[in-house]
Amino acid sequence: MTTHVDSEATPAPAEDFLNRPATPAQRIQSVLHRQPALSPAIVLVLAAIVFSLINDRFYALQNLSLVAQQVAVIGSLAVGQTVIILTAGIDLSIGAVMVLASLLMSKLVADNHLPGVLALLAGAAVAIAAQAVNGLLVTRIKLPPFIVTLGTLSIFTAITLIYAKGQTVSLDSGNILMWSADTVSIGQLNLTTGVLLMIALYAVVGYALRYTAWGRHLYAVGDDIEAARLAGISVNRVLLSAYVVGGFAIAVGAWILVGRVGGGDPNSGLNANLQSITAVVIGGTSLFGGRGVVLGSLIGALIVQVFVNGLALAGIDPNYQVLTVGVLVIAAVSVDQWIRSVKS
Amino acid sequence: MTTPTAPVLEAKGLVKVFGRVVGLNDVDLTLHPGEVLAVIGDNGAGKSTLIKCLSGALVPDRGSILVDGSEVNFKRPQDAREAGIETVYQTLAVAPALDIASNLFLAREIRRKGVLGSVFRMLDTGEMKRQASDHIKRLGISTLQNINQAVETLSGGQRQSVAVARAGAFGGRVVILDEPTAALGVRETGQVLKLVRDLRDQGLGIILISHNMPNVFDVADRIHIQRLGGCAGVITPQSHSMEDAVAIMTGAKKLVPEAG
Repeated sequence: MTTHVDSEATPAPAEDFLNRPATPAQRIQSVLHRQPALSPAIVLVLAAIVFSLINDRFYALQNLSLVAQQVAVIGSLAVGQTVIILTAGIDLSIGAVMVLASLLMSKLVADNHLPGVLALLAGAAVAIAAQAVNGLLVTRIKLPPFIVTLGTLSIFTAITLIYAKGQTVSLDSGNILMWSADTVSIGQLNLTTGVLLMIALYAVVGYALRYTAWGRHLYAVGDDIEAARLAGISVNRVLLSAYVVGGFAIAVGAWILVGRVGGGDPNSGLNANLQSITAVVIGGTSLFGGRGVVLGSLIGALIVQVFVNGLALAGIDPNYQVLTVGVLVIAAVSVDQWIRSVKS
Repeated sequence: MTTPTAPVLEAKGLVKVFGRVVGLNDVDLTLHPGEVLAVIGDNGAGKSTLIKCLSGALVPDRGSILVDGSEVNFKRPQDAREAGIETVYQTLAVAPALDIASNLFLAREIRRKGVLGSVFRMLDTGEMKRQASDHIKRLGISTLQNINQAVETLSGGQRQSVAVARAGAFGGRVVILDEPTAALGVRETGQVLKLVRDLRDQGLGIILISHNMPNVFDVADRIHIQRLGGCAGVITPQSHSMEDAVAIMTGAKKLVPEAG
């Protein structure tokens, strides 16, 4: 026994330093670390207060209804994007798949005279299949998600344009595909069924992430993929499931998009890919995986829409809206870096 | 102290190559229930490769593995776990953002009873926390106080205690420990070694990979020496001294008759 060191002889000053009280900044950091949706929630509340001070029309229920309706499509996509980003992946093709699905749904009804329900299911199946392709390329061919979805972004966009032949499709309002645009009034607040669909999507996926083993495994894989594998998690199955859940969210987004556009438009949702990532990042989910909640992404999508809406009401040049969103993204990622550096 | 019972785990003629590098070259290993078998060897001697084959993290190219006398074919760590072989890795295989209880039950979560569990797949977090704190108490790991603490807020030694607790709590037949004390202080090392003895006394077979000769000679019943991908011999703390073990490990001395 050569290396016997008395462990009780830890120098007292160091012990003392280790047990020093946390500074206020460290305490804030620690709280934000435990509650990833908290910092975006604070930003949303502050933004709403500032914009309502600038223009009192901001708080008009009509305006808030508009914000909610405008957020429904990106908000739905952001659910899928969150689940994928939680695995330390990313999906650049998510918007392109949504446009393809929405066009397919509309064309099956308008051109092929299929019942709306079948068209809806066919669109959903295509969205899920497209995401399964992404997921299989990530898990089987072991390509980085960024590269896979950069490629499939072009592929799915091209398929959409080839299929559309440069034409848009419009649907009659009686169709079930248009049901997502129906107005639902809660008091003075005029929402659409699409907004409620989005909220239901958040509830279901939020529940699964928080209360099921699948959710735990998803976080574990995003956190440390090797540790997750050694712990006995089927890492590839979890990764694939993230993309498939993404496909499900896309299907909901496509349905809402059909209602908002009034049919299928190959040129709709052009920026949806990046907007969904923006919402997720502003919502406090870490691009490095393993940290974040879907609720944050809803708040993130709302923050973007509130800024766009509030700046417009304040009569500011639309170019500044884009600039502001850019600043928000960088600020959000900076805060994430700071929060991730937390120590006990 | 070798018990004359049937081996709980046996490996015969294991071979594993990585490209042109030979990781394991025809290695045999026998482990009985209720014994601590230490595996020692220089860096690159094949210690980690050997235990990864036994724990399902690697699939050997040749050779067979037997659990309780019947041949098994581990394709992934889950297979080994189902056969009752738990492993603690050198690399602290815990998920940093999850709390201690979630880590203990990672990949074997308990669901709620009734419809909530079967249809809604809801986890029984209360039950998992209760069992986790029972396990930790039973194993006498005093450094882990708050079961709700995220693992990333723990020290390296505490993280390793979580991993050891997980293996100890669920190991049915065999617990494999790969350098479990490399990141620990003397006091924490003592706790882990005590835990190793406790697990042995419960009748588990323990494989301990370590660089620390005093630790090895302290707890091991037999010592398997790896050298250049092969087994250079099996000794016991009684039959050989620490100096002998190091000499065999480095090739300065050859073990002629096989002991143990």
